[in-house]
Amino acid sequence: MKSDWKMESQRKVYGKSLVELGKTRKDIVVLDADLSSSTQTAMFAEVFPERFFNVGIAEANMMDTAAGFAASGKTVFASTFAVFGTGRCYDQIRQSIAYPKMNVKIVVTHAGITVGGDGASHQIVEDIALMRVLPHMTVIVPADAPETRAVIMKIAENKNPTFVRIGRSDVPTITDPDENFEIGKAPVIRDGTDVTLIGTGIMVSRCLLAAEELKKHKIDARVINMSTIKPLDEKVIVKAARETGAIVTAEEHSILEGLGSAVAMTLGENASVPMRRVGIPDIFGESGDCEELMEKYGLTAENIVEATHEVLSRKK
Amino acid sequence: MGGKLVDLLNVDDITELTERAKKIRQHIIKMTNAAGSGHPGGSLSAVEILVCLYFRILKHNPKEPHWPERDRFILSKGHAAPALYAVLAESGYIPIEELMTLRKLGCRLQGHPSMTLTPGVEMSTGSLGHGLAVANGMALAAKLDRKLNRTYVLCGDGEMDVGEIWESAMLASHYKLDNVTMYLDRNMLQLDGPTEKIMSIEPIADKWKAFGWHVQEIDGHNMREIMMATEHAKNTHGKPSVIICHTVKGKGVSFMEGTVHFHGKAPNKEECAKALEEIGACRL
Repeated sequence: MKSDWKMESQRKVYGKSLVELGKTRKDIVVLDADLSSSTQTAMFAEVFPERFFNVGIAEANMMDTAAGFAASGKTVFASTFAVFGTGRCYDQIRQSIAYPKMNVKIVVTHAGITVGGDGASHQIVEDIALMRVLPHMTVIVPADAPETRAVIMKIAENKNPTFVRIGRSDVPTITDPDENFEIGKAPVIRDGTDVTLIGTGIMVSRCLLAAEELKKHKIDARVINMSTIKPLDEKVIVKAARETGAIVTAEEHSILEGLGSAVAMTLGENASVPMRRVGIPDIFGESGDCEELMEKYGLTAENIVEATHEVLSRKK
Repeated sequence: MGGKLVDLLNVDDITELTERAKKIRQHIIKMTNAAGSGHPGGSLSAVEILVCLYFRILKHNPKEPHWPERDRFILSKGHAAPALYAVLAESGYIPIEELMTLRKLGCRLQGHPSMTLTPGVEMSTGSLGHGLAVANGMALAAKLDRKLNRTYVLCGDGEMDVGEIWESAMLASHYKLDNVTMYLDRNMLQLDGPTEKIMSIEPIADKWKAFGWHVQEIDGHNMREIMMATEHAKNTHGKPSVIICHTVKGKGVSFMEGTVHFHGKAPNKEECAKALEEIGACRL
């Protein structure tokens, strides 16, 4: 990481944002499944205990209860770890939230392998995939703490079912808090003409590091922060393909059915150019230190640089 | 049932509700026959419960389905959709003619209820075991807003196999949701056979008691008992109520009664005619 980058917790910002929202929005209720001190919804619980509901270790129950609240006009935030908030309650999310378009914001923390020591049982690398294929579901992966706040504030303005994925670890702050976050609009955060690096979540900062490294090799890389996975900003992808002629995607998620797949499909149908996915291969994770895991599973800036050299070798 | 009961229905009420039940049964038979598929068995067992709900118990306004003060009803056993659509039509939420569009392409009456398509449907259901948790969410919202509306939910006995039911049973009791009333359609059969053979749920009353619920057991085809048990539930404070309704699957049609054969199979033309004859003319 760059030494001048400020490291911040997305989870803490999530908790603070809920409190901020709760002050003016009496329709907001928050549910958690016995992980509130980890997801940081406990911050909301402390200030608004009457609007906070702990359901215990019962994620299926939480999602359906959330749907009931939403059907009665509430804006509901339901939180737990990513692994439990998707796989353990997929049917509830599908039947009672996505299908009837309930105003439930599923905000999950501890996503991906950066959960670290807990190991594969807790390191979900397929949650974006699960949520992306659900009709009506918006899927957002904020890149850092300021963007997490912007996302939480923005999604509270609409009534759409939404999935927001954040991690456990502190992450470098790279986005400009003054820049407006728009759902489905991916900002170009660094301009470039030779190749485009499209990152999501914690991989956006690594794309920026990779771009710096590539500059030393006289390669001018564009970087896009694809925080909204669905609806996907196809326009910015196609434009990048046409203008730079090569694409590398980067995500802390399986290379199957996450950002990389979504971008590949867009390119395949609209602007076929050499592309490469940086992500977790089709395997489960394991216990370890965050950075060690990122290295072992191929999620470093160096991996993005290598992938870039590979796509550029195929670029006409 | 113990305690001093106030008789909530007079002779005329009973006559009216009995006739309504006949009408609903006719609709269920005709609809599923026209659709060529559907679940008549579990629809017929729940008829009296639904008739009492929509014509006596629920505080609702079919002209204003989203009236904020209304009571909520969730059909957790979503496969009994024909019965729900029939009472919704007879209450005025949807035209009666529309019932014959059940399960047809482009219709509002999906095989299982969709709240975004059909006025009066409070939650999309079909995948079993979800309804009670949804009802709890609505009941918690009502308490939070200090509203007096109540939430009713109808579950099947096969649904008691679902783990989430017990998660939500715990939650309702933990949050003292005395504004929740659950009817358990105890018709003794699930798709593959008798509940006690497939996955025994007994002693079911003891289970609900152990989860902190107020428990009553009634004849689920007796309007008076349904009304009285509901009144008891309303007057029970500090805990949710379950009314175990002993029913007969396929009730009202001799060859559908007590068999799994018509759990998920529609009557053909001959069966339809015979069933309608057995149900008899409705004087409404």
